Amino acid sequence: MDLHEYQSKYRFAEYGIPIPEGTVAHDSQAVYDIAKKLCHPVVIKAQVLTGGRGKAGGVRLAHTPDEARQHADAILGMDIKGHTVQKVLVDPASDIQAEIYLGVTNDRATRMPLIMASAAGGVDIEEVNRESPEKIIREHVNPFLGLRDYQIRHLAYGIELPRDLWKQFMIIARGLYRCYTESDATLAEINPLIIDGGGNLLAVDGKMSIDDNALFRHPDLAELRDTSAEPAAETQAREAGLSYVKLDGEIGCMVNGAGLAMATMDMTKLFGGSPANFLDIGGGAQADKVATALRIILADPNVKAVLFNIFGGITRCDEVAKGILAALNDVSVSLPMVVRLVGTNEEAGRQLIEEANIPNMIGAATLADAARSAVTAAQGA
Amino acid sequence: MAILADKNTQVLVQGITGREGLFHTEQMIEYGTCVVGGVTPGKGGEWALGKPVFDTMKAARESTGANASVIYVPAAYATDAIYEAIDAGIELIVCITEGIPVLDMMKVRARLDQSGSRLVGPNCPGLLTPGQAKLGIMPGHIAAPGSTGVVSRSGTLTYEVVYALTQHGIGQSTCVGIGGDPINGTSFIDVLQMFEDDPQTEKVVLIGEIGGTDEEQAASFIANHMTKPVVAFIAGQTAPPGKRMGHAGAIVEGGSGTAADKIAALNAAGVTVAEHPEQITELLA
Repeated sequence: MDLHEYQSKYRFAEYGIPIPEGTVAHDSQAVYDIAKKLCHPVVIKAQVLTGGRGKAGGVRLAHTPDEARQHADAILGMDIKGHTVQKVLVDPASDIQAEIYLGVTNDRATRMPLIMASAAGGVDIEEVNRESPEKIIREHVNPFLGLRDYQIRHLAYGIELPRDLWKQFMIIARGLYRCYTESDATLAEINPLIIDGGGNLLAVDGKMSIDDNALFRHPDLAELRDTSAEPAAETQAREAGLSYVKLDGEIGCMVNGAGLAMATMDMTKLFGGSPANFLDIGGGAQADKVATALRIILADPNVKAVLFNIFGGITRCDEVAKGILAALNDVSVSLPMVVRLVGTNEEAGRQLIEEANIPNMIGAATLADAARSAVTAAQGA
Repeated sequence: MAILADKNTQVLVQGITGREGLFHTEQMIEYGTCVVGGVTPGKGGEWALGKPVFDTMKAARESTGANASVIYVPAAYATDAIYEAIDAGIELIVCITEGIPVLDMMKVRARLDQSGSRLVGPNCPGLLTPGQAKLGIMPGHIAAPGSTGVVSRSGTLTYEVVYALTQHGIGQSTCVGIGGDPINGTSFIDVLQMFEDDPQTEKVVLIGEIGGTDEEQAASFIANHMTKPVVAFIAGQTAPPGKRMGHAGAIVEGGSGTAADKIAALNAAGVTVAEHPEQITELLA
């Protein structure tokens, strides 16, 4: 789960990291009032959970409250990569002398937390990593020892930070690491951490991602989830305990298991179609879950055919077939459906599907057959 | 021979009296696995499925001499169960639980490095040595004994492949699900090394998916250290970047972890990569 810039920065501030004294606003009058109160040039920043807002015109400098209002009018309601701007952060503008990157993330390869700093801040760090990886100083952290001061000195030395800023940098790096662990973050980054005209470090922009698996112990963070930019179906699926990702294709996929669901999507592509979604209904395939999943799939107007691919392991295929048929009593489907049941009692499962004699439902024996049939059906529909 | 577990492996079940634990322990026993007991704090002295239940792993290990455990404990308590098994000196710990926070797993990894224990999982179906033992939730009857080793990050996709192998008369030495989390106890490389060393295993099937660089590391290991042929499949070619595909670890981040990269790395290592799961049986023949 990603946090907005303002949410991340407010959280950083709780850990002693200096941030601009900005305020969030939902309308341009509020922006005007904030700018007037600050009595200082302001930056108006779109709060959206996507990158590239600067390039899209979602970050603007205003010298007067009137100008601030005009910019706010332009930014609020703006579409940035499919995200509608509903709020802006109004920060006092900073005198930027230098831009530093400082971030903590989980390094999957070494299976340890990794803290990184770079003097090439202010730009996408992944780009820096591709173009000139030597500009990023890295320290792996033993999760039991935590981040040690000498490691922070390695970073400060590596990015050639002026010595008089080391003490401030120490406090910020310690705070960021603590914020990362105590929030169960998978990413906590300050980019840029600026050196301002007064010779102080300031976290001008920030970003945090929280481990979804850890939200059970962070109810305060769980509340910060912003689902406004998420397809409604994904929110609905999450609430129903289904794992669903919306895609652009025309074949709705209903599969048990994440790996098999991905493989099924790939198969539709291999045979000339494209998947409308990723959907893992989990084990069992009980009627109520299948019904919810079907409703979610059918709500997507691009869907032209539905492909069921269920492996019956401990849950037998005949039970799965009964679940699907029961769900069809609940949800009426006019689109073509391809059903593939494989595994335990697959013959019995297939027989049940055949006996139900549903005109728009076809059975398939192999995954390849199922994908091919679904592609053909979607093209014919 | 096989890897990790056979008919002599003595297994404890952590969370044996829970719904999942009870159900799958029954299946494990039915399959012929040597389950010697279980642990549920507060239920020590009771019996479950004819097996003694203990309050702690220490007591269970001392009484039974078990050398393996399977964990069916909810995510909030699962890391404690892993640490307890490590402290009790259990050699093989299989954690089925899904949803353990990544930071907890990083600590578990650091703890494992200082111990003699091996962890398989979490968020995995466990492992199965056909005809001998199953530690976890893989359906037993889809597998058959043979000489092909299977290692995978997935659950049902593994079953799909194992079932197809069995139907085509290709038996398996051991099937190992290493789990779909970003950080797990046993990597592809660990299992590949075991298959390479196992006299029963002649060929290996590797089933990977998007996210992380485990497949790339496996490719380099195969090129440099493996003599046995490996056939691979990578799921998630159509997965969009930045989206988690069900498994916590299945996500393309910052352009890294794509299926295309993994397939290229495996091809470069001389591994045949199947276009779809059903092709794996053809490629093994």
